[in-house]
Amino acid sequence: MIYLIFAYFCLSMIGITVMALTRKNPVHAVMWLLLLFLHVAVVYLFLNAEFLAMVQVIVYAGAILVMFLFTIFFLGAKELTKEKRYTQVWEGRLLIGLAMTATGIVTFSVASPSYRGKYTIEYIEKVGNVKSVGEMLFNEYSLAFLMLGVILLVPMVAVGLIARRPR
Amino acid sequence: MIELLIMLIKTTVVFAIVLTHVAYTTYAERKLIGRAQARMGPMEVGPHGLLQPIADFIKIFFKEDIVPINAERFIFQIAPLIVLIFTMINLTVIPFSSNFILADLNVGLLFILASASVSVYGIILAGWSSNSKYSFLGGLRSASQVLSYEIALGLSLAGVVLAAGSLNLRDIVIAQHNTALGIYAIPQIIGFVVFVIAAFAETNRAPFDLPEAETELVAGYLTEYSAFRYALFFLAEYVAMYIMAFLCALCFLGGWTIPKFITDILPFLDKVPGIIWFAIKVYAFIFLYIWVRATLPRYRFDQLLNIGWKVLIPAGLVNLIIIAFLKRLSL
Repeated sequence: MIYLIFAYFCLSMIGITVMALTRKNPVHAVMWLLLLFLHVAVVYLFLNAEFLAMVQVIVYAGAILVMFLFTIFFLGAKELTKEKRYTQVWEGRLLIGLAMTATGIVTFSVASPSYRGKYTIEYIEKVGNVKSVGEMLFNEYSLAFLMLGVILLVPMVAVGLIARRPR
Repeated sequence: MIELLIMLIKTTVVFAIVLTHVAYTTYAERKLIGRAQARMGPMEVGPHGLLQPIADFIKIFFKEDIVPINAERFIFQIAPLIVLIFTMINLTVIPFSSNFILADLNVGLLFILASASVSVYGIILAGWSSNSKYSFLGGLRSASQVLSYEIALGLSLAGVVLAAGSLNLRDIVIAQHNTALGIYAIPQIIGFVVFVIAAFAETNRAPFDLPEAETELVAGYLTEYSAFRYALFFLAEYVAMYIMAFLCALCFLGGWTIPKFITDILPFLDKVPGIIWFAIKVYAFIFLYIWVRATLPRYRFDQLLNIGWKVLIPAGLVNLIIIAFLKRLSL
């Protein structure tokens, strides 16, 4: 039963992605993307990563996608659809194909079924999901975490500068 | 199998109780606002208008469901459902008393924040799909408002999570009960105030009900809706109010417990079932909602965003830092 549900989510994720890429109306595409993010969150739940699942929904579905929607609304959704789409020119198709193949190769070559460090299933079950993610993030990857913060700060400062009205 | 059946019955009971509460919250709101404005409120249907919510329900159920001809039909029709489903789903993680909870998630608090952030899509889409300027502006306002205040809400709740050391709502209440004061509202007074203000903005209630500001936008994203779909939005708004009241009672006011120093003085209060304390706290918060609506005028939209970004978020950060120090010192 659980495998059937898992299979449904995996297959429908592919279908939803295709739907999101091929929609003519950008708002519809964003809606499919929202559905995709919710499905991804469920797949995280299958991995017993409930914290990641919730963060996926809060950050991607709740914040980033709303920003996309905002941008689409402000640019005017109806005017964007006139031009030829990137999926209809051969360079676009080639690029997408190459990118997908490269992603696939990298994913399958890097992915390993074993655990790294002390984070085995038993350990995570003992201390809890949220705590082990936090420990790992703030101890082992603290430098990367700080750098990410700085990287995110830079566009914020830039946006502030652009939006500042001279008095 | 029998477990599933029990679960189903429990869910039905919770939903029925909450929906009845929602119906009579509209009645209480009309009565209280009426009193605040020196009127009587609904008086015609039943004694003191007590059957008014039922009459309203029957009326709205039999109205014609109109879809504007230029509307994006499918999205227009599912938008209220998105809002309602992602609001109602929150009821599953709320612990109503020490042993009555539908789903004891260990990320319960995040679950509520997550579904709140998805339910805003319903409002944006309702505004967009109506194909009307008023609806669209209402939807956009709602989106920017909810996005801005979600940060403040999350920050104020982060203080609670830090102090309790858990994201599970039941653990938060128990951790709270074990502190000297029994409620987090006192050591985290800044966080509490930020939470209350952000909760008002999150649920699009007065004084932050700009997405449906009558004087500017007719009825905002609700303009083109009628009959049952309109009622669904209405229902979702009131359920969201209750969710925020639950969250406030659980995270800041001690949930179904009362502070230990009170039970030390008056030991017989320990015998009172927890659900009653919980209900009292929730009703108090709902009363606050109505009271504020009857008292305060609406903010301007730029004022609203300024409060959100320039006052509430820094205040939430200050609260988080204070709580971090307190936690560190008491260790």
